[in-house]
Amino acid sequence: MGGILVYALHDGEGKFNNNSLGAISEAAKLAGELGGEAGVVVVGDVSDEAAASLGNYGAAKVHRAKSVEEGLAQPIIDVMAKVIADDGYSYALFGGGLLGFEIGAGLTARLNAGVTMEVTAVKVADGKLIAERPVLQDSAIVDVGYVGEPGIIIGRLNAFDHKETGGSAEVIDVEVELSEWSTKARMRQRGEQRGADVNIEDADILIGGGRGLGEKDNFKLAEDLADALGGAVAATRAVVDAGWYPYAAQIGQTGKTVAPKLYLAAGISGAIQHKVGMQNSESILAVNKDPNAPIFEFCDLGVVGDLHKILPKLTEAIKAKKGG
Amino acid sequence: MKICCLVKEVPDAAVQKRIDPGTKRLDRSGEKNLNPFDTHGIEAAMQIREGGNAEVEEIIAVTMGPETAVRALHKAVALGADRSVHLTDGALEGSDVAATGYALAKVLESESPDLVLLGQQSDDGECYTIGAVVADHLKMPSLTQVIEIKLEDGRIVCERQAEYGYDTVEIDLPAVISVGDAINEPRYPSLKAIMGAKKKPLDTKATGDVGIEGDRVGTAGSRTQVLEMNPPPAKESGEVFEDEDTAETVEKIVAWLDERKLI
Amino acid sequence: MSIAGAPVEPINFPPPFDEGSLIVEPTDPEDERIEVGVAIVGGGPAGLACANRLLDLLADEPELMEQLGEVPVAVVEKGKACGAHTLSGANMVPSAMKELFPDLDPDDWPFAYQEVTKDAVYLLTKKAALPLRPMPPNFRNHGNYVISVAKLSRFLADKAEEKGAYILTETVADRLLVEDRIVKGIRSGDRGRGKDGGELGNFEPGSDVVARATVLAEGTLGHLTQAALDYYDLHGSLPVRWELGVKEVWEVSKPLDRVIHTMGWPLRKAAKWNEFGGSFIYPMGEDKICIGLVVGLDYTDSTLSCHDALQELKTHPFVKDLLEGGKRVAWGAKTIPSGGYYSMPRSLSVPGMAIAGDAASMVNVPTLKGVHYAMHAGMYAAESIIEALKNDSVNLAGYDEKVRKSAIDRDLFDSRNMRAPFSKGFFVGGAIASAMTITKGLFPGGKWDYEPDTEIAMADGGASRTYPKADNELTFNKLDSVFLSGNATRDDAPNHVRVQSRVPRELAKTWVALCPAQVYEIPEDQLEETSADVDVHVTASNCVQCGAINAKGGRLTMPEGGDGPLYQEV
Repeated sequence: MGGILVYALHDGEGKFNNNSLGAISEAAKLAGELGGEAGVVVVGDVSDEAAASLGNYGAAKVHRAKSVEEGLAQPIIDVMAKVIADDGYSYALFGGGLLGFEIGAGLTARLNAGVTMEVTAVKVADGKLIAERPVLQDSAIVDVGYVGEPGIIIGRLNAFDHKETGGSAEVIDVEVELSEWSTKARMRQRGEQRGADVNIEDADILIGGGRGLGEKDNFKLAEDLADALGGAVAATRAVVDAGWYPYAAQIGQTGKTVAPKLYLAAGISGAIQHKVGMQNSESILAVNKDPNAPIFEFCDLGVVGDLHKILPKLTEAIKAKKGG
Repeated sequence: MKICCLVKEVPDAAVQKRIDPGTKRLDRSGEKNLNPFDTHGIEAAMQIREGGNAEVEEIIAVTMGPETAVRALHKAVALGADRSVHLTDGALEGSDVAATGYALAKVLESESPDLVLLGQQSDDGECYTIGAVVADHLKMPSLTQVIEIKLEDGRIVCERQAEYGYDTVEIDLPAVISVGDAINEPRYPSLKAIMGAKKKPLDTKATGDVGIEGDRVGTAGSRTQVLEMNPPPAKESGEVFEDEDTAETVEKIVAWLDERKLI
Repeated sequence: MSIAGAPVEPINFPPPFDEGSLIVEPTDPEDERIEVGVAIVGGGPAGLACANRLLDLLADEPELMEQLGEVPVAVVEKGKACGAHTLSGANMVPSAMKELFPDLDPDDWPFAYQEVTKDAVYLLTKKAALPLRPMPPNFRNHGNYVISVAKLSRFLADKAEEKGAYILTETVADRLLVEDRIVKGIRSGDRGRGKDGGELGNFEPGSDVVARATVLAEGTLGHLTQAALDYYDLHGSLPVRWELGVKEVWEVSKPLDRVIHTMGWPLRKAAKWNEFGGSFIYPMGEDKICIGLVVGLDYTDSTLSCHDALQELKTHPFVKDLLEGGKRVAWGAKTIPSGGYYSMPRSLSVPGMAIAGDAASMVNVPTLKGVHYAMHAGMYAAESIIEALKNDSVNLAGYDEKVRKSAIDRDLFDSRNMRAPFSKGFFVGGAIASAMTITKGLFPGGKWDYEPDTEIAMADGGASRTYPKADNELTFNKLDSVFLSGNATRDDAPNHVRVQSRVPRELAKTWVALCPAQVYEIPEDQLEETSADVDVHVTASNCVQCGAINAKGGRLTMPEGGDGPLYQEV
């Protein structure tokens, strides 16, 4: 078997995106089981140390295309297509995130390859990889196999956890002739921050506020806790309706769907219209004074109590723990 | 300028999707609708036409699907497309993402568009970014999750939210752009437009009409295979306790968060 | 100012709504009006049977067909699909289907589950189910078919479309176009208004749809019908009244071999509660059954909730056993017009317009039949319209005649008094009703009067004390039910519910309990207080448009096209 190739996104300052690191760890694990190795493609100005450090997550080789700028998918498709062809990788694996989708999808066309998206787990069977992905609003899981090589696996956000295993990767520089159309999109400005727009869909930690908060001003309790944990604030339809929080933060059947590492539901009853928007969160912590609230039936940890007492103390304790 | 809007017919979001217990396959009965994300694509095309910065000769709705997909085309036309193209052929049944992307690219090739617009994902959650697959076949630049499109002599400038913030990207035409739902608020079709939709030209094409090679589409031409479908692993219900001593409660929560490496 | 806890009559708190506002003249410039031959309001059995019949007849009238223009028949339906808002038991009498589709064998009806070969009636007590033998004759359903009206509507719509009808779904008929007292068509509803009714960025105004004849087949909600009855002074001699039915469909492991109706528990028998109703449990093929509870809306307890009483019903050992190992797969709610014969409009037509089906109260309550009457009426309307159009006339009195000479009139007359006696309580009422059935209405005869539902005084009678807490396997809460109805109305949709916003506590409690979709809520901080009046918060986007609020002081107007449930199989 020819190994698994992963794309690692960096922020232009040598720090790699967590989902990419997760993909590398996953690829290393799977490649190990298949008797192959994990390789990584990076583009742009990545230092030797930074590239080699990916070995810490299990990468054996790092293929670096220095002349290709980070941020747009099509030039990277050119790079990965070449590396896959030259080095005979059998699979391409991507962590959750936008570029992964675009590169993976482009490779599908370029290499006439099978692709599976929103993959939540990968397993090995008969020397091949099988991708698992949820369908039908997460009410079923399908196992998808690949016909021929390579196979392309695009993970769901936060599906793969990164693991440091120690080690250093071999860094190989690659030169690639870009396709004519890969030069037709040019980045004018990358990564502009816009304060007001909170993107709750990508947050790792979300504090959801519901009617139990009592009034608009009490959203501060949620915001303080979110700050302490390094997360963002979301809201239920009822409170958005009441004007306590903006629609952009609404989660649920008629709002956004999220799957963060942690969803802390404060004063949320857990009616199904809200549940469908957050039920796939990795960990769900609920605080509600009503012991009969439906949320207690699907949370991982539930506290029946007064959030006005609990939230501030929790915020303090977390700050202390982080600071200390 | 010629704009092609790729549209897809998907099960209505309100229809409870379920596996038929008898056949163990997706129960496909129930209403189908024009993929809501694609309505944003059509609206984007209409806004380019009405914006006055470009002369748009034609907006064409294009779909690949079974007979019933004509309804999606009627809706697209009611929203403003001038005509539609329906790629339909038994040979296409069972096509996966790779096969579908190839087939769509072939039918679009036959129209030579300057701009291809589509929704960034379909409501049935099957695929995100079929646009990127199509673009590579067409050898055109592509961008997905676009939330703003501006025209600037022969090229477009797009905005989209990526991992590290908002990117502004300039793209030469012809190009394939997948739009996010934040890009615009689609209009409602007028009753007149709805009733007139069936009279707009509709071309039906089979694989042979656009040069699609049979062995690259359908179940046989697909490069992935669904092996099994299972219910998700049952989630164990968690622990629920009452807050009797808030200090203790908070300690317990912090320990739980710590265990899960969330702090 | 009222005293906290004192009985309240909804009629003293009428909805802030003017029926007259629905009657308008065409306002669009003439070249922008949409011209159709016949406009049918409502994509249910009545409207679609009418559409099918019209096109069948027009197939033999090429000259008239041409005269009617590009769109000879248009059906305007507010739901996402025909059938999206239709709900019923139902055991359908096959006569109308056989007349409309004589070449189609009932075995090939895609909306029918089976022919009824066995039925039973039980009187439920808290623990037992006592079979009533001999079975009360009004419940006998041999020869009828268990169907889904949601599926029936889809079938009829497909057939009508094949014949050339324009089926305009997601389109509301919001106003009735009248000029010189002749009905000229309808005006479709606006789309793209916000919560406060203001115009959003993508606002699209409605259009005038002018037609040579208009058929109101709106069903139990009768939005334009109510306004037309006022305008033309067509109200029957007794008021329209309703029952609320809440229904669930279950996948089950054990097939059911009979059509079941129950009476008694959990509804209370004493006269003061006035709880008329019962349940139905029908087999739907081998692997599904449906179960529903119907309650007359002239009940007196402000805490009575049909939705929750249905949950309670499911805990009865007899019922629980039928649902064993099963899974709830569909839910819905809708009212049934139950005023019967004397509540039908004095005339079913005016120049340019005919009223057919539930909108005209064509329901036989004791036998629970209405679907085939609706279809027959739709077909009669079609026949009369063709006659009138051939003579270039708008006079549809021929339709009235056809209905009066038909089984619709006969059956409803025979059962005309059977509902009213139940206000005397279950046993007395039952006895009187039986006597009427056996004598075909001759005895005790006469005309039993009743109050409109809105004049019933509401007070707390403790009905809700026995409702079970949702266990999410057998019993469910209202929000879960709304979700299952397919209702995903956008949150900033304009509020289509017209009720007063501050009312006496018992009336507010009535609305909260009455509504199966949890549209009404009393603010949390006013629940415990002892103030006489409370505010009422309305979450209009939950509404499944059942119409129950119309019986208790509200007026359901039309939401935007496409909003509301997407019933598949109820």
